[in-house]
Amino acid sequence: MGTELGKYKSCVSARSTNKEILKRSQDGGIVTQLFAYALEEGIIDGAIVAGPGDEPYRPRPFIATTVDELMSARGTKYNISPNVSWIKEATRSYGLDKVGIVGTPCQMQAVRKGQLYPFGWRDVDDKIALAIGIFCMENFPYQSIKQLVEDHAGVSMQSVKKMDIGKGKFWVYTERGATVQLPLKVTHKYEQPGCHVCLDYVANLADVSTGSVGSPDGWSTVFVRTKNGDDIWGKAIAAGCFETKPIDQVKPGLELVSKLANEKISKNQKTVEARATFGVNKALRNPYIKP
Amino acid sequence: MAEKITVGHVHMSGCTGCLVSLADNYEGLLTILDKYADLVYGLTLVDVRHIPKMDVALVEGSVCIQDKCSVDEIKETREKATVVVAVGGCACYGNITRFGRGGQPNQPQHESYLPVGDLIKVDVYIPGCAPCPQLIRNVCVMAYLLLKGNQEQQELAKKYLTPLMQLAERGTEACGCDLMYDVVNQGLCMGCGSCAAACPVRAITHEYGKPNVNREMCIKCGACYAQCPRSFFNFDVITEFEGISELIKGALQ
Repeated sequence: MGTELGKYKSCVSARSTNKEILKRSQDGGIVTQLFAYALEEGIIDGAIVAGPGDEPYRPRPFIATTVDELMSARGTKYNISPNVSWIKEATRSYGLDKVGIVGTPCQMQAVRKGQLYPFGWRDVDDKIALAIGIFCMENFPYQSIKQLVEDHAGVSMQSVKKMDIGKGKFWVYTERGATVQLPLKVTHKYEQPGCHVCLDYVANLADVSTGSVGSPDGWSTVFVRTKNGDDIWGKAIAAGCFETKPIDQVKPGLELVSKLANEKISKNQKTVEARATFGVNKALRNPYIKP
Repeated sequence: MAEKITVGHVHMSGCTGCLVSLADNYEGLLTILDKYADLVYGLTLVDVRHIPKMDVALVEGSVCIQDKCSVDEIKETREKATVVVAVGGCACYGNITRFGRGGQPNQPQHESYLPVGDLIKVDVYIPGCAPCPQLIRNVCVMAYLLLKGNQEQQELAKKYLTPLMQLAERGTEACGCDLMYDVVNQGLCMGCGSCAAACPVRAITHEYGKPNVNREMCIKCGACYAQCPRSFFNFDVITEFEGISELIKGALQ
């Protein structure tokens, strides 16, 4: 395995030991459980999460300062939640000294860029106490997800209990027990274009990153990456927050994670390269080379 | 300990907020002045009347081209300084002075203001209104490593400063519109929200995950575009965030 999984200290398959969290969690409840633990232990004093918004399955980023608030953000919403937009405000009117933030790989990149190169983020750099990254293959605008669920799957947005992308399908589960699946091929044209230049699958720059791929249903694959992440994860394990299994003892395991990461990166690397000759003697901009 | 570098603060048409930002590094600034840099010029803090030779000039404010003294001063800064850093939105992009159009007593003819990069070559940009204390600090530490460090440190400093030098090459215009021209219109926006957090006047909101700029509120500071992870994202530096943060912290102990 190469660099596609980023730097990490350890990798396990895990799930929360809290039954309440697992009732509505997308997978193993890692994000909610780790933030809840960090909040109760004073490791963070609030976390930026994607809570319920004005329309069904439209996320609204907000700063959770209680476990109840964290619980309201459980579950994946497959559309854009600008979590990073709260990062400065968390240290202003909210008065937080130790900020937690969850986000996709690009949002972890944004956080780390802002820590090393803060332009409009005064006093934010050393107040990021726990950045949890979630695996992400691509995201969708809200209207895309609505079109997929309502037009392609034929389900009303209000009746959806859970959405999931896994095993090569887009799954929609309703509150009343129906399941609809769409082939991923149908979803491709609805993807957010900005995702096609993304070269990170498993949130390489997070303190701890987690996602479903690699682990059985109801469990999550977890990478512990930084010193800070290792410290917090170790304490959470010692406190009995998680059940864990060595990643090499679960199926499909890291091999599949690596395969998908490589597929994403090589496909998007090609897109980045194609931008250089997009026009006639004219290129589209490449952010990885210069602003 | 190698010898210190010499640094000056040059005040053009600015508000001194950039200098306050430097000072807001608190003990960090004192450590920098103890170990790494001598402040050889800066009318607010040092009783040196004329621009001396210096390694690094931190220039704040734009230039009023109807004020001969200002024009001479910025040219002299270029002659005297090895590295010219435009600190803050005004020096980089004009910022609020873009809206200056004269007609006020007692110099109603003082109507044209230009970012310093329109009159001299600028090496490094630190956009933002106000610029972040932490970024000014990082640039000071990296400038020291670049000029006085060992080879490895010089390499790191060069890598770190590269995007800030590229911003200086890119131009002297900034606006919330940059998010449209150079990010959304280029198919690069992924809706992270960094721009909204960077805006000092809350001119940016997100509608369905994409930035919406209230251009009447925008003061043209350039923070949003610079902060956007899809303006520049230099993997070689940013993926080393843990080590580089520790190095900077360590340098200031």
